[in-house]
Parts: sequence; C-alpha cells; structure tokens
Amino acid sequence: MAQTSLGATSRIIRWIDHRLPFVAMLQRELYDYPTPRNLSYWWNFGSLSGIMLVVMIVTGIFLAMQYTPHADLAFDSVERIMRDVDWGWMLRYAHMNGASMFFALVYIHLFRGLYYGSYKQPRELLWILGVIILILMIMTAFMGYVLPWGQMSYWAATVITNLFSAIPLIGQSIVTFLWGGFTVGNPTLNRFYALHYLLPFVILAVVLLHLIALHRFGSNNPLGIDKRGPQDTLPFHPYFTIKDLFGLAVFLLIYSFFVFYAPNFLGSSDNYIPANPMQTPNHIVPEWYLLPYYAILRSVPNKLLGVILAFGSIFLMFLVPWLDTSPVRSARFRPVYKWVFWLLVIDVIALGWVGANPPEGLVVTVGQIATLYYFVHFLVLFPVIGKLERPRPLPASIAAAVLQGGTGARLGTAGAPVAKP
Amino acid sequence: MADLTQQNVSGAHAEETRRDFLILTATAVGAVGVAATIWPFIASLNPARDTLALATTEVDLAPVQVGQRLTVAWRGKPVFIDHRTPEEIKTAEDVNISDLRDPQPDSARVKKPEWLVIIGVCTHLGCIPLGQKTGDDRGPYGGWFCPCHGSIYDTSGRIRQGPAPANLVVPPYEFTGDTMIKIG
Repeated sequence: MAQTSLGATSRIIRWIDHRLPFVAMLQRELYDYPTPRNLSYWWNFGSLSGIMLVVMIVTGIFLAMQYTPHADLAFDSVERIMRDVDWGWMLRYAHMNGASMFFALVYIHLFRGLYYGSYKQPRELLWILGVIILILMIMTAFMGYVLPWGQMSYWAATVITNLFSAIPLIGQSIVTFLWGGFTVGNPTLNRFYALHYLLPFVILAVVLLHLIALHRFGSNNPLGIDKRGPQDTLPFHPYFTIKDLFGLAVFLLIYSFFVFYAPNFLGSSDNYIPANPMQTPNHIVPEWYLLPYYAILRSVPNKLLGVILAFGSIFLMFLVPWLDTSPVRSARFRPVYKWVFWLLVIDVIALGWVGANPPEGLVVTVGQIATLYYFVHFLVLFPVIGKLERPRPLPASIAAAVLQGGTGARLGTAGAPVAKP
Repeated sequence: MADLTQQNVSGAHAEETRRDFLILTATAVGAVGVAATIWPFIASLNPARDTLALATTEVDLAPVQVGQRLTVAWRGKPVFIDHRTPEEIKTAEDVNISDLRDPQPDSARVKKPEWLVIIGVCTHLGCIPLGQKTGDDRGPYGGWFCPCHGSIYDTSGRIRQGPAPANLVVPPYEFTGDTMIKIG
C-alpha cells in the first residue's frame, strides 16, 4: 500500500517539478547539499537565527491582532494582552525575550564569522548581506520597543530619533519629520508600528539572498579551507538537519527558561509605567543588545562625532572583508589573530558594561579606551596583523585533517564510515 | 550519494528496524510538541476575558409603555424589547403553528406574554431588521422587516416570508424584578 501511494505522489511531484522545479531545488539545497564534514556547533547559529526570525514573525502577527497603535490606547492594549487575552502573556513574553535571543544568536553567528574568516573571498557579499540583516534587525527591534508606549519606549524613541539632530543645519528638521510632529507622539507611534510590521519581511527577503549567496560556495568550516570533493563533505540531510535540530532543542530550553521563569530579567521595569512626555526616567538604558553602540555614543564628548562613531561601529562591518589582509581564513592557523580576536570579544563586553552603567568615573575611562580599541582593532590591527603574521601550515584537505586526527579529529568520527564513496 | 540514500530507504522498507522505531517515536513526540505550541496561538484568538466580562446586560423595563419598542446592546448586538399590545399578543398566539417555517408557539418565545425579548439580527445574513422606530416598515405581519433581502417577521419575531431560515433568536434572559431583566 505504501508502495502504490508513494508511486502516485512521486508522479504528481514529477509533474509539478517539470514545470516548477521546487522539489528538485529542496532536494538539491536541503537534502543532497554537500556540506563540509567538519562543521562544529558554532555553525548552528545561522539556522537558529532563521528559526528565531520565523518565531518573531509568528508571535508578532498574533500580537498585532490584539494590539492598538494609538498613543492613548497602546499601553492599555498591551496590558490587556497580558491580563485578558488567552495565552497573551506567553505570546508577548515569547516575542519580547525572542528579540533578545535573536540578537544573542546573531551576535554569536557574527563572531563565529570573524573567528573563522567566513567573510573572506569568495564570501564577501554573503557577509555584507549579513550586516544588512543586522542593521535591519536593530531598526526593527528599536521600533518594536516603542510600541508598548511605556516610559522606556517613549524616551528611547525620543533619544534615538534625536541622534539625527546632530546633523548640522538640517538636523532638527529631520527629527521633526521623523516624529511627524514637535515631539514623539501618536504619528510617530503609528509609523513605527507600520514599519515594525514591514521590516521583518524585508529581513526575510535579505535572509533569502543571504542563503542564495551561502549556497553558491557552501559553508565555510573550522579549518577555513575549501572543500575539494565528496570526501570532504556530507549530505546536509540527515547529518546537519539532525545536528541543527539538536542545537534547536538546546536553544529552546534556554529560550523557554527566560519566557517562563525570568520573562522580565532582560527588560526594564520602567517600561511598565505608561509613557509620560513630562518626565524622563532617572536611569535610561537601551536593551542589552544595543548597549555597546550606546557606550560608544556616550564615550565621545562631541555630539556629532559620538553619533558618527556609534553608526560607524556597525558600518565598519561592511569593510571587514577588505580590512583583513590575511589570506588564511580560520584563526586556528593564525597564531596572532587567534588571540587578538578574544580582545575584541572582551572589548565588546566591556562596552556593554559601560553602556549599562551611569557615565561617571571609571565607567567613562573604560568606555573611552574600549571605544578607541574597537576602531583600532578593525582599522589598524586587522590590516597590520594580516600582513605581518606568519600563518601555520594548512592541512591538505578537510578529509585529511579529519581522518588523521589532529585539529578536526573529534568532529570527524560521527560521519566517517558512511561518507566513503 | 543519491544512490546511498536510495538504498537506505528501500532497506528500511524491507523490515522494521530499530531506526524505524526511533524515527516514529521521535516524530510522534515532535508532533505533540508542535501541536502544544500551536494551541496557545489559536487560543489567543478566542474572546478575551474583558470581552467575556461584558457578556450580560441589565435593562429596566418600567419606562417602556405598551406598544413601545426598545433596543439595547448585548455583546455588541441589538436586542429588541417589545412591550406588546393585547392584540399583538393575540395574533401571535392564534397563528397555526404548522403554517410556520420554523414552528414555535408564542408561549415558547416569551417569559411574560407582554414582553418579547429577541436578538435583532436577521437569521438570513445578519442585517438588523426594521420595525423598532415609529414609521419603520414592519411588514405585513406587524413584526419586523429586514431591508437587506426582504425577510418578514411577525409579532413574535417568527419568520413568515423571505429567505431567512429561522425565527429571530430569543437570548437567554431572566426577570430579576417585576420590570427588570438581565440578558445573558
């Protein structure tokens, strides 16, 4: 019985595929797709981010069905979601903490790319599309944060839009234009809501381009060397589908912990006070995932320069493929960069700490040093280390490294017997 | 590599293996998880608790004179309250039940014969029938007339002509005093 139904289904699939090769594409890109056999768990974060994007869109659509985008009604409509709507609390907490999880995943994904040189030739555009996604995510997250119309929402909207007032001559006019009024108000809330609904779908489109660019040359890998043939790869299914699923299960445990046991840990309690245009909260900080940019902004005593450096810290990412002059991708074979990479990690964490604390005393000093280091890292150390460093010898192939033990040994054991042609 | 996959699939069909068992159980647990995840999303679309809290309406009937009709809102819908005249009650009671499309005696549709309480939503496609205001077209049976598709209701709110399939619905209500009712 199973045999006949399989036959009928496959005939229908063949009929469709001849006209619209969709199943063939899935077969090629998700089933057979040759993937470097030595991928570590650091390669899980791309697919996890994609899943998180879907979770955000789905929870967001259901929240939008209950939310009212009006300055007088928004706060109460969010409280109604929390108190009166069946499971509304869960949808909102999943969306709220989902934003944090999404950023955490994307940041790990980004640092993985920096460590293993995933941005290098021929994956420059793949990297640039990723940076575009990050910028779109920051915009979306910021506008979403404004929607509950609490105190933090209101003042975040005020502060961030006022960044544009740093532009000489036309700054104030631009800000008034962004607000649609003379302060952040109902027109601002309405346009932020419209854009907050639109941008995730723009992200989805860029993610699609990101995937097309990825599949052009396939994933980079911990060795950073190109795959040379079937002996270096495994089919994506079942080896990496199952690995991604296992990673997803672990991630969902962490995500669920926040949603169900510490839903407000990552947020600010001030946002449960309705927006009051007449009073600013005493201590105003952005969400944790924006703290490093905020720290850079505050570390510079000049308004315009602070804004330029804060935006510049992200836009710098576009140049990374050309700032890094080393021909070797993976930091495993770069004895100097291997350590310098961790300085950047520490630097960004330090900037986060600076952003979370009031700007006085030691915080200011650390902030200025960390800001300086951030730009030195990319603009000076990246090109200089690439030129001066003597990379260790690269293995002959992925298969050679995996099968001979050494660097990739622990990763190769699982699939080794099956891949023999 | 494609050949290899093919072999695996046909090999699995030949006999039940440990792998079949694992795939089946894992898929079943996964399906339960997916269903449990979808549930809150669908459930969130139910009427929320504040909506349900507005589910009853109390009405004081004292000011309504004989022959007057009153419209009140219950769950966002109009409820028609008709203080019927003795003649209207008599015509409603004298109807031959077997002539009706939705046979129901007048006594089954009222708690006190002088007070008719019905939901003012046409059972055809949800329009609000005319007849509440003086000067409205009440149709040939002196009840209500739906302007959308011409359904005609009698003084008991029963369908007499037109496309509607059923009588105007009597909402759940009770008399909390001589002239007080609670709908819902």
